[in-house]
Amino acid sequence: MGDAFNRAVTLGARRRRTAQLFLLPLIAALLLVAAWPLARTFYFSFTDTSLNDLAGGEWIGFKNYLYWRELSSGRVVYRGLLVDEAWWNAVWNTFRLTFLAVSIEAFLGLLVAMLLNAEFRGRAIVRAAILIPWAIPTIVSARLWGWMLHDQFGILNEILLLAGLIDMPIAWTARPDTAMLAVLIVEVWKTTPFVALLCLAGLQMIPRDIYEAARVDGVSRLRVFLGITLPLVRPALMVAIIFRALDTLRIFDLIYVLTPNSEATKTMSVIARENLIEFDRFAYGSAQSVLLFLLIAIATLLYIWLGRVDVGDEVPR
Amino acid sequence: MTSRIETIGIYFLVAVVVLFAVFPFYYAVVTSFKTGTALFEVTFWPENPSLNNYREVFQTSSFPRNIFNSVLVATVTVGLSLLLGFLASFALARIPFRGRKTLLLSILSVSMFPQIAILAGLFELVLALDLYNGYGAMILSYLIFTLPFTVWVLTTFMRDLPVEIEEAAIVDGASALIIVFRIFLPMMWPAIVTTTLLAFIAAWNEFLFALTFSASDATRTVPVAISLFSGSTAFESPWGLILAASVIVTFPLVVLVLIFQRKIVSGLTAGGVKG
Repeated sequence: MGDAFNRAVTLGARRRRTAQLFLLPLIAALLLVAAWPLARTFYFSFTDTSLNDLAGGEWIGFKNYLYWRELSSGRVVYRGLLVDEAWWNAVWNTFRLTFLAVSIEAFLGLLVAMLLNAEFRGRAIVRAAILIPWAIPTIVSARLWGWMLHDQFGILNEILLLAGLIDMPIAWTARPDTAMLAVLIVEVWKTTPFVALLCLAGLQMIPRDIYEAARVDGVSRLRVFLGITLPLVRPALMVAIIFRALDTLRIFDLIYVLTPNSEATKTMSVIARENLIEFDRFAYGSAQSVLLFLLIAIATLLYIWLGRVDVGDEVPR
Repeated sequence: MTSRIETIGIYFLVAVVVLFAVFPFYYAVVTSFKTGTALFEVTFWPENPSLNNYREVFQTSSFPRNIFNSVLVATVTVGLSLLLGFLASFALARIPFRGRKTLLLSILSVSMFPQIAILAGLFELVLALDLYNGYGAMILSYLIFTLPFTVWVLTTFMRDLPVEIEEAAIVDGASALIIVFRIFLPMMWPAIVTTTLLAFIAAWNEFLFALTFSASDATRTVPVAISLFSGSTAFESPWGLILAASVIVTFPLVVLVLIFQRKIVSGLTAGGVKG
């Protein structure tokens, strides 16, 4: 008895050592590629570092974020990220896009999922077909749609002209009032499949006989949807919405290629990279990166704190 | 009664969804077979299909090199992530220890990182390690999104394997490495195929790091090359070439999706990887 107990104890200790050993390479890698660079970005945001001389920056405190000077006339002038109109424009663009895109994706995604959950022939092929937009590289999507939305030769203008809906071609990606719409179309096209597939996975877990029973009892379609489908698919839909929201908040590729240099669509990631790499305002770009990170971190923490993630704590012993 | 109308309605909606999903790619294929002025006329099929654009992409640009770069970077990234992720997921899924849940959550939260937030620090690291304008820079930076996801999917899968399989081995006194590679690895193939596919697609499609850390055609990956294709003047884009290149890099992905759609869907719904 005592012997067996001792063996179990040493076995447990040995297994914990194994765990440490096996986790070490992963943790080292994540510290190197994630934690350390993140810490350095934070550091840079408090310096005046320039891209050409990364080691030569000096500590300037919060000046990249906000500082003020009193002019001889007595007027106080504020400078820095927190009073930068271009930055707040990017923040507004990002949130507007995220809100619109995720709402539309959730609506269409649920619709498509319910459609795919119905009985019809060729379901597997259809499911594969809607995965195609998801698998296409974002850059390629931006190019494909850039071509379809082209002001002179684009198919969308051609169709709208033929249908008599517009009188002259529209420069979708260049005009300030349509650029965001163009981005929204491509984003929704590309990511609705993801939402639809998550919802479909949720729908498929609902037992069919619930619907059967509702049908026999003559419950209306709308009430079945509101009373059964929606509550049961909600967890899956919530996960999809949160993933999509976090992903859209950091959107870069699509905007960079589809609507380059458009103030109407420039997002936080785009403006931060501009400052970091292209405009030689490395430290200022770092400060923007930090604000973007904090924003997403708060959103993620709220999400975890609200306890919606099930990490499944049960380990087989 | 209503069922016939309903069936027709379902098929109609399905047709609309499929058309919307597939048409942009189809239209790119159609356009890529056109040359000269035909390029600028809207038609729904190529009237005089020609392979000129494809020939030109392969002959006059560094595109073959870019494809090679993409394949290499994605393959090494996936291989590294699988190795590190597999070992870690064994510890996370099969061995109870304090802080396990916190660790798993921390790893998962890394996948929520906005890539831009680490760009400045990573840039410094890449320069310090002398990796700028090379494969190393991309592989290193891609780990940030492939690792968390790999660990997540493999851990979820490994947790569901029965306890008995390792008990016998432990009693036999087999070492942990033997247990992992001889006993678990063979049972993990479904999860490994899924993670490989998703990690490969993510690495193949990555843009921000590849754009920032490469400075010449010799090291650029395909997405960067496609974003930089430009004509003789700033106002004239070589659309035939751009779309031919787009079709070339997307075609393998479409094939993968058609073959492995079940695996991909199961991975997406388990990992909730970026869309």
